[in-house]
Parts: sequence; structure tokens; C-alpha cells
Amino acid sequence: MAYSDKVLDHYENPRNVGVLDKDDPNVGTGMVGAPACGDVMRLQIKINDDGIIEDAKFKTYGCGSAIASSSLVTEMVKGKTLDEVGEIRNKHIADELALPPVKIHCSVLAEDAIAAAIADIKAKRAARDGSEAVAS
Amino acid sequence: MHVDLSKNFFDLFGLAVGFTIDNATLVTRFQDLQKQLHPDKFVSKPDSDRRWSMQAASHVNEAYQTLSNELRRAVYLLKLQGVSIDEETDTQMSPMFLMEQMENREALEMAPNASDPFAALDAVRRQLKVSTAEQVSAFEQACTKAQWDHARTVARQWQFLDKLNQEVRSTEEQLDDQ
Repeated sequence: MAYSDKVLDHYENPRNVGVLDKDDPNVGTGMVGAPACGDVMRLQIKINDDGIIEDAKFKTYGCGSAIASSSLVTEMVKGKTLDEVGEIRNKHIADELALPPVKIHCSVLAEDAIAAAIADIKAKRAARDGSEAVAS
Repeated sequence: MHVDLSKNFFDLFGLAVGFTIDNATLVTRFQDLQKQLHPDKFVSKPDSDRRWSMQAASHVNEAYQTLSNELRRAVYLLKLQGVSIDEETDTQMSPMFLMEQMENREALEMAPNASDPFAALDAVRRQLKVSTAEQVSAFEQACTKAQWDHARTVARQWQFLDKLNQEVRSTEEQLDDQ
């Protein structure tokens, strides 16, 4: 199967590969896996005090499309709010990368990874706000 | 033995539907069916019979490929119970399990750069063997108790170990070539 130029570009020059401190209260970590291919994806976002995503990192063990999907997502989320990022759908990713139907599940994986990262950071904030409320 | 394509794969080989099967019986019956469906036996038959025999042979092949592989047999067994592992749409897995998979993959990725790459690879393989044996036994138990939800979870995790196993093999080949 031929990969699109955009997939190849992200696959050969992946953006933002790496890891952020998962214990940092401003970092949200999303871990997802696709049983279809056994791929695993970790997507992390870091927000600043204004709630804007200032950094994003990923690590994906999977096929070219899965790596490209997560690499693209790290570029898409920077400078956005959590709410804006929550609007990203797998279709945006699949269209941007021109993924063939058999690789759509890779973009689903990336969408789910963002959702998981957002949920993680919201849970952290809720826990922090909750404990502060109790303290004051 | 008459070949009935509407039968499920277990019935096709005269095996009881279940995860544990007798491999020797599977192989013997597969070979019997292959003989019955051999193209030589259909040369003088009408076109419709020839077409049927080819279709039947491919069905029998698929059935054998499915049942002779433990993981594929497990997934097929779930399908017969009406349980799908939703491998393309459901990406929610236990975070702890995914964390372990990430670590396994990282360990495998680092193995070729270790001071003794073969020892590092062996460590990954040994760990994988233990984990796979655990999944197989968990799946067997879940089937025996007809706990299909749990069996589904196990099969979904097993897919990741199967992929890791393929990656271990390809890393091994790369090391051997060097």
C-alpha cells in the first residue's frame, strides 16, 4: 500500500516525539491502544496558566499511519484551548493525511488519545481544585 | 465426510466448539478434506462442481488457518458467541496494561543498542512468553465459565502481545543479519 506524501513526511520527520512529566499538574497524558494492529500511542499535552496548550509530545509504536496521525495531532493542538482541541475529530486527521479506509482506525486512535489526555488534565484539575476548596 | 460450507469451522472438522482442541485431529481432518477437494478429483466434473470444489477448498483453508492459531481461534470462538472484540473502534484499554506495553516496546527498541543485544532481546522474549501463557490460561478459564466479557478483554490484550511477538522476531532477524 502506498502512503501519501504527508504520511511519509510525518513518518520520516516526526514532530514532537518525546515525553513530558506525567506528574506535572499542567500535563495531561493520554494512552490508547488499537487491538486491530497492537499499536500503542502516548499523547501528552501541557497547558499554561491561560489554559492554552503550549507543548505536546507523543510516542507511538505502530505503523506509518499511526505515527503520522499522532505527529500531526501534536502540531494541531499547540496554541489551542482544551475545548478547541476537544473538537478535533478523526476525520480531520484522516482527511489531512489522505488516509486510505484500512488506515482510518489510526486516526481514530489519535482522536481517542487527545480525548484521554484532556480527560486526564481535567481530572487532575478537579482533584486539585477539590483539595484547595477543602483547604480554604 | 461431506463438506458443508454452512457449518462453523469447528463443526467442519468434527471438533467440539471450544478453545481447547486436539491439534492432531485438526491436522488429520484438514488433510482428509484437502484430499477430497483436490482439483484432480474434479477435472472431469461439470463446471459448477469445479467451482464449488475451489470455493470449498478455500473455505477449508481459512478454517484451518483460523483454528490452528490460538489467538485467531480465540477471536473466532468469541465471534461464534456473538462477541466482537471491536478491534478497530474500541481503543479503551486498561491504562496499566498499556503502560506495560509501552515499556515492553521501549525495551525492545533499546535491545539492539544494549552491550549484549541478544541477551536484552532474550529478556524481552522471556517476559513475553510468560505474559502470553497468562493470557492463554485466562482465556481458557473465562471460556470454561462462559464469562464472555472477560474473555473479550483477554483476547483484546492478547492481540498486543501477538504484535510484540512479531516485532521481537523481526528485531531478531535484523540482529542475525548484522
